[in-house]
Amino acid sequence: MAMALPLAYASSVVHPFEAGRLSFSTKATKHKKQIYQFRKVTKVLAYYGLTNPPYKLDALEPYMSRRTLELHWGNIHRGYVDSLNKQLANSPLYGCTMEELIKTTFNNGNPLPEYNNAAEVWNHDFFWESMQPNGGRLPWGGVLDQIEKDFGSFSNFRDEFVHSAMMLFGSGWVWLVLKTNERRLSIVRTSNALCPLVWGDIPIISLDMWEHAYYLDYKDDVSKYVNNFMDHLISWHSATARMVRTEAFVNLGEPKIPVA
Amino acid sequence: MALRTLFTKKSLALASAFRPIAVASAAGDQRLGSGLSQTRGLTVAALPDLPYDYGALEPAISGEIMRLHHQKHHQAYVTNYNNALEQLEAAIAKGDATAVVRLQNAIKFNGGGHVNHSIFWKNLKPVNEGGGEPPHSSLGWAIDTDFGSLEALVQKMNAEGAALQGSGWVWLALDKGFKKLTVETTANQDPLVTKGANLVPLLGIDVWEHAYYLQYKNVRPDYLKNIWKVIDWKYASEVYEKETA
Repeated sequence: MAMALPLAYASSVVHPFEAGRLSFSTKATKHKKQIYQFRKVTKVLAYYGLTNPPYKLDALEPYMSRRTLELHWGNIHRGYVDSLNKQLANSPLYGCTMEELIKTTFNNGNPLPEYNNAAEVWNHDFFWESMQPNGGRLPWGGVLDQIEKDFGSFSNFRDEFVHSAMMLFGSGWVWLVLKTNERRLSIVRTSNALCPLVWGDIPIISLDMWEHAYYLDYKDDVSKYVNNFMDHLISWHSATARMVRTEAFVNLGEPKIPVA
Repeated sequence: MALRTLFTKKSLALASAFRPIAVASAAGDQRLGSGLSQTRGLTVAALPDLPYDYGALEPAISGEIMRLHHQKHHQAYVTNYNNALEQLEAAIAKGDATAVVRLQNAIKFNGGGHVNHSIFWKNLKPVNEGGGEPPHSSLGWAIDTDFGSLEALVQKMNAEGAALQGSGWVWLALDKGFKKLTVETTANQDPLVTKGANLVPLLGIDVWEHAYYLQYKNVRPDYLKNIWKVIDWKYASEVYEKETA
């Protein structure tokens, strides 16, 4: 095909949080009408690219080896992206941001076939950005205040997070999310590819508990993996940036109404 | 411990997976030395021995995987299952219904893990002891009838195993009611009976990542292709003939 495929928004750009808006369908049908007006039918596809983690693949050593990242990002994450693009080649879903795609394909609990791939692509992007070299230790400022408010203390939060990860049966993820309805931070555990975005919650940090995330480095020693993540990998910088963004959509305290 | 597993050649009897253990009740611990006073019997699970060396299934499954799979993963299921059972017993004795219900997940997961893996070790056999030899007689005919050919069955099981999202098992099951063979998948450590009370497992293949990741990395289809070289069809035939007698 000579024409360039219009690129859907790259998955690293986070667009404003809009709950349940399904305007993609009108965009797609309008676009389809325009297509059929051409004499030659050209195919318009949605296409998502694989974004790089924001650090070199060996930057997380010794807590997550380069080999793990080569396989986890290079093969598994890339595999999800390729599978998703293959599915989208025959699908009317077009013009969605990754978040919109996930919510649409989740289909209120009856997931469409594209859901698994879309969610896993997003989940892994989010996971790479939830980690950083020289990470771990303590959060600061607003994030620390909110954690202390919602969990009592940072060590309570840490214990609960580790406990939740250890209690996961099977494959899944552990999340620190901001619950939009309750307006507080909470720890959530999901299975397989499930992502808290589908419930309208806003993820702040995630930890991949699929065995492929740690098996090469830690074999069956899950506790060491989770503790190393908490102590050395978790990126409170990313968490802070995400919290700042969420405050545009969720009021965490009383709104400061200026007095005239 | 390594020596024990290296030289164990005894084949697995079904009963060996469980042995009775005396559990001293909390109140009667002062006289532990005198043995039988104040004990109630609770049959707990025990890790079954493998009837072959850890390295005997190479190159289909590496010795490192077999060792970790058996000594770490299966052992963890056994340990956690026993813990959950003891807690369950205490909860039942106290009449604590909330605790009883709360423990069900842990029992299903860890107990299922123990049950499934106990079957799995019996499904595998080193090549020089008959692993990989195709089934004959009644099971062979049943496979041809229900799937067309052994290759078709293998292909179906591989396809379903590869397509399984997350962790789980793929089974060759016998439906006792209809006397038919079927291919089923279960998620996480759910045993086959969760798919149907009439289903008897003939063969189970573990597609959790810990079963293959160290050797095959994320290429689950390669693992599934190679594991057939060490599948013990004789065991599957025995189970089949017993159930269809």
